[in-house]
Amino acid sequence: MIAWTIYITFAGALLLLFLPQVFARWIALLTTIAGLALGLAAFFCTPIPDLAHFTTIVRVPWISALRIDYHLALDGVSLTMVLVTGISAVSTVLFSWDVEHRQNEFFFWLLLVVAGCYGVFLSANLFLFFVFYELVIVPKYFLIAIFGSKNKEYGAMKLTLYSFFGGMFVFIGILVAYMTAGSLDLNQLAQFQFPRQLQLWAFPVLFLGFAVLAGIWPLHTWAPTGHAAAPTAGSMLLAGIVMKLGSYAGLRVAMNLFPQGFQLWSKWIAVLAVIGIVYAAAVALRQSDLKFVIGYSSVSHMGFVLLGLSTANLLGVSGAVLQMFSHGVIAALLFAVAGRMIYRRTRTRDLDALAGMNLSHALPFAAFTFVIASAASIGIPGFSGFAAEITILIGAWKTYPLAVGITGAGMVLVAAFTLRALKQSFFGEAGSGLGRIQEGRAALGPDWNEEQSITVAEKIGACLLMFATLAVGVYPKLLLDRIMPAVETMRFLKSGG
Amino acid sequence: MSYLELLKLASPEAIVVITALAVLTIGLTTGREAASATVSTAGPTRNAGSSSSTRSAALCSFVAALGLVIAIGAVLMLPRNATLFGGMLVITPLTSLFKIICIALVFFTLLLTTSEKSLLHPGEYLAIVLLATVGLMLLVGSEELLMIFIGLELLGLSLYVMAAFDKNDVRSAEAGLKYFLFGSTSSAFTLFGISLIYGMSGTTGLAAISAKLATASVQPLLAVGVVMTLVGFSFKIAAAPFHLWAPDAYQGAPVPSAAFIASGSKVASFVVLGKIVLVGFAPVHGSAAWHGMVAGWSPVLAVLAAFSILLGNLVALAQSNVRRLLAYSAVAHGGYTLIGLVAGGRDGFSAALFYTTTYAITLVGAFGVVGFVRRDTGGDDLSNFSGLYSRSPLMAGSMAIFMLSLAGIPPLAGFFGKFYLFSSALRASPGHGLLWLVALALLGSFISLYYYLMVIKFIFVDKRAEPEIDHRLPITDHVLQKSAISLIAAAVLLLGVMPDILAAQILAAIP
Repeated sequence: MIAWTIYITFAGALLLLFLPQVFARWIALLTTIAGLALGLAAFFCTPIPDLAHFTTIVRVPWISALRIDYHLALDGVSLTMVLVTGISAVSTVLFSWDVEHRQNEFFFWLLLVVAGCYGVFLSANLFLFFVFYELVIVPKYFLIAIFGSKNKEYGAMKLTLYSFFGGMFVFIGILVAYMTAGSLDLNQLAQFQFPRQLQLWAFPVLFLGFAVLAGIWPLHTWAPTGHAAAPTAGSMLLAGIVMKLGSYAGLRVAMNLFPQGFQLWSKWIAVLAVIGIVYAAAVALRQSDLKFVIGYSSVSHMGFVLLGLSTANLLGVSGAVLQMFSHGVIAALLFAVAGRMIYRRTRTRDLDALAGMNLSHALPFAAFTFVIASAASIGIPGFSGFAAEITILIGAWKTYPLAVGITGAGMVLVAAFTLRALKQSFFGEAGSGLGRIQEGRAALGPDWNEEQSITVAEKIGACLLMFATLAVGVYPKLLLDRIMPAVETMRFLKSGG
Repeated sequence: MSYLELLKLASPEAIVVITALAVLTIGLTTGREAASATVSTAGPTRNAGSSSSTRSAALCSFVAALGLVIAIGAVLMLPRNATLFGGMLVITPLTSLFKIICIALVFFTLLLTTSEKSLLHPGEYLAIVLLATVGLMLLVGSEELLMIFIGLELLGLSLYVMAAFDKNDVRSAEAGLKYFLFGSTSSAFTLFGISLIYGMSGTTGLAAISAKLATASVQPLLAVGVVMTLVGFSFKIAAAPFHLWAPDAYQGAPVPSAAFIASGSKVASFVVLGKIVLVGFAPVHGSAAWHGMVAGWSPVLAVLAAFSILLGNLVALAQSNVRRLLAYSAVAHGGYTLIGLVAGGRDGFSAALFYTTTYAITLVGAFGVVGFVRRDTGGDDLSNFSGLYSRSPLMAGSMAIFMLSLAGIPPLAGFFGKFYLFSSALRASPGHGLLWLVALALLGSFISLYYYLMVIKFIFVDKRAEPEIDHRLPITDHVLQKSAISLIAAAVLLLGVMPDILAAQILAAIP
């Protein structure tokens, strides 16, 4: 059933190539809603015990020359990721409602990214996994290079080359695993005892390859550039889902296949993760471009995911998965506000310029959304960010107490740059009185009219994301109940003792 | 064996030869005066062409295409296995499969020819294309060194003429001359190598050579013979450092000729090279593993492969002409394919053949798009491709598929080809001995991504279209060619999603 998320999305993408432009956004919306509905149905209908193991959904022979099967499977971790993909995809389409230029093509590439992400999260064959993994990247190039804003060609090329640079290492790791174990089936590989000597070098090759996409320091520089250059939908997808592909793959493939290699290298991952959290937050504090601020905040938040993974204990890894979900939603929300609600109306993302506009009066809904998003991003209790990060930190406390201390300082920086961005962009000058409303609108330009206020599509998209972060923040058990059993059965925990 | 039986077994070749003669006759009788009249009256306006020469060209193409289709039918009617004259001509599932593949590639090349206006005498051109096809079929269908050499020469001589066929273009003449000079030198190398091997083993049949070499110890003279033969073939497949003819030939030759050189010629050369090294020279395989190099042909090929991958990809980065870019990338792809032969065995050979076949299909399509752009804008530099998307989305999409497949992006054919190649290379070497070559190849394909993306960038992102193109209407003619190109693009996608269609066939055909 859930396999249809992939097929429907591909079919929608194909349909877009043949139908006239008037249908484009509706097809995209219906396709993504169908994907989300399937994800939700699976989420609530699959009995929780079934989600503890990577259970096969579809398995048919595919390439006989190499004995490769078309094999999809599902467990709690992948279901969580499918769900966040669905949520982000729907809101992304809603936030791209106004794309006028080459509309069919835009939604075609967008749906390809989404379909590829579904594919990655569901595949249980390493070859299939890698096909989807690489498939995601090229549409991103087109999305950014054609539809992006400032510096788009540079950003697109940088992102693509970085991603494929990582892909090169992943390719080697996959080939080595395949040749040693003689199988590409993830469940079989997860049982196979790889020689220790091999694990020691194959693990970092594979994990680093994946971590490039997750924005690990110091290979993160593509992320802010790419996020800033991308169109709103592009940054939402990129930060929301595509970066998660890297961390999900690190968990599902690298850590699960090479547990001994992981044990040896986990402390180095933790070091890189902590540097990433603090460094990116510090850099974000000095950015003047709002999208760059959010771009660096993504790197910082992904650092939490990597830190959680590196703990190798149940709480830390589950927290990491929860953080993937939470950041997927929050990053999408932040980019939606910055790229769509602000930039499209003011034509600027410069924080100093925005400070003079006092947008909170002109765009009250945008201000409200940004406040919620910032609160979630900082990790205020009640939002998903808090639930995820606290779980990660508790997990990390057992393994790396020092890291928790440094990360705590990093969280202060996160709060600092988020509040700075919030204040500069929406609450630029302290003031009161009704006159402010007129002033704010005047700043938006002489052609201001009511049409420029937040549209219904935008409101629905924002509400969807805000609801997701609140629901998980208030009741994280909803996800954790499904994530933790799945994490518990993974191999690196057992051998970790 | 009666002559009738012989004719039956050689019927595909015979049909193609007869078609070539028929096309030549038709071209002579119908198109000659019209073409010469156009040339004598007005050189520059020859592109307009008179209706009678167009009709003659259409007739020739039709007959040629028909002949090729019948030849494919004849290949399908052949018995599964047969051997003529001690291996001079053999029929196995492998030779039949690759005869069909070669003919199909030529068929698509013919479709490109139909709208190529620079060829003055289409009848003669097509006849030579068909003769080159016979060369391909002989090459693929022989396990005997002398016959292989004859096939090589027939193919080579036809290709030299094809490369130089555009009499009004000085670049075409340059391409033909360079190709001829390098090609004849390489033939000399091959012949010298073959004669040495004959001297050592006393036979020219591949299986017999293998049996002889297995008993004798490796001698310096044999090594010279093997290396000479390999050098000759390296010219043919444009492996660095024997690639120098390729950029000029790819850039200067008429588009269909370049497509032929890049596709059919390459496939046949790899089939026969694979047979020579894996069957004929099997006892002197050697090893190219990092820690255990053993003298033999495989370290030689491994070094050639490594050199080709690095040089081809790095030089391609600096090209501004798409055809030159494709030429240097062809050098790199030749290097990738060699990895399969270095790995050896059934898997390695099958992977190499799969890769070179999908590569050839992709390049025929890519040259089709290049020909399209060339007619449209008068050139084939990267800048001529800018704005192709708005002029013809179909061609732009097809070109994107070809470029991404060459770069090895899933789910296109090039990706599975690479996966298959590299996995067979690692499997063939215990202890990951060939990992160095695979890692190098992956690095190369990472580099290549940049220049393929540049082509795509010009097509999809750049809007700096030249002013005179802006006013033109989107091109709606050349339906045949456009549909052929999109068909090839669909095939590249299909072979990536369902590689088993071809891979299983090839694997089953290799004994």
